[in-house]
Amino acid sequence: MRSEEKVPIISDENIVTARQRGRALAAQLGFSSTDLVLITTAISELARNILLYAKRGEIVLESISDNGRQGIIVVAQDDGPGIANVDKAMEPGYSTSGNLGLGLPGVRRLMDDVKVLSRLGEGTTVTATKWKR
Amino acid sequence: MEVPILKQGPYLIATIQTALHDTDMLQLRDALVAKVGKFRSRGVIVDVTSMDVMDSFSSRTLRDISHMIRLRGAEMVIVGIQPEVAFAMVQLGLMLEDVPTALDLEEGLTFMNQRMKVPWMGEKDRKRPRAI
Repeated sequence: MRSEEKVPIISDENIVTARQRGRALAAQLGFSSTDLVLITTAISELARNILLYAKRGEIVLESISDNGRQGIIVVAQDDGPGIANVDKAMEPGYSTSGNLGLGLPGVRRLMDDVKVLSRLGEGTTVTATKWKR
Repeated sequence: MEVPILKQGPYLIATIQTALHDTDMLQLRDALVAKVGKFRSRGVIVDVTSMDVMDSFSSRTLRDISHMIRLRGAEMVIVGIQPEVAFAMVQLGLMLEDVPTALDLEEGLTFMNQRMKVPWMGEKDRKRPRAI
């Protein structure tokens, strides 16, 4: 069974909504309280990246199960300017926004798996997965 | 949702609620910096006990607030960072750097009271242990 929920990200209020929905879904899946905070923080960073770089986009929250393992997938997608160098964007401390440069490498440390697909001028899709332990 | 700010003697106490928007956070910054002057407060305690997320934006804003409060001649301490939140912050690489923290409101008040007792120390007094 798969459940999917979409949260449009247009203003900073939507970051809170995405965070709350993600937390509720992860809690429903039985994640530990520590994991709940990690997942919620990752959603917050991903949603803020959308606002920061693309102005608008959406966060898609999904539950997955694979061989009895359960997990949550957080997809952040936008059709913004895209990332010129994805490998570089995954390096700690790298930032083009004058931000703290925690964005993507930070999310990678919070989640189990992070995949970034991006094309200049077409947008970016970040897929972050966390498995229940 | 505006963050309530209470005046407690020479201190201001701001209690942050769970679902804080970025704009609320910036509003808190402006309100605290103004109220430190209005009430001639010596210290600011920011209670984050009910915050379930401390992301890069909120931690950077708290750090900024602390620096601004210091520039206004007062001290700030953050209290109530939950264990899970502390874990997530470390994973994310967030550091509040020179912003003092305390376990809870009670410890925060103790911290402030100790700070206030210490007069300005000149070079001669440097060897004396300094209250934390």
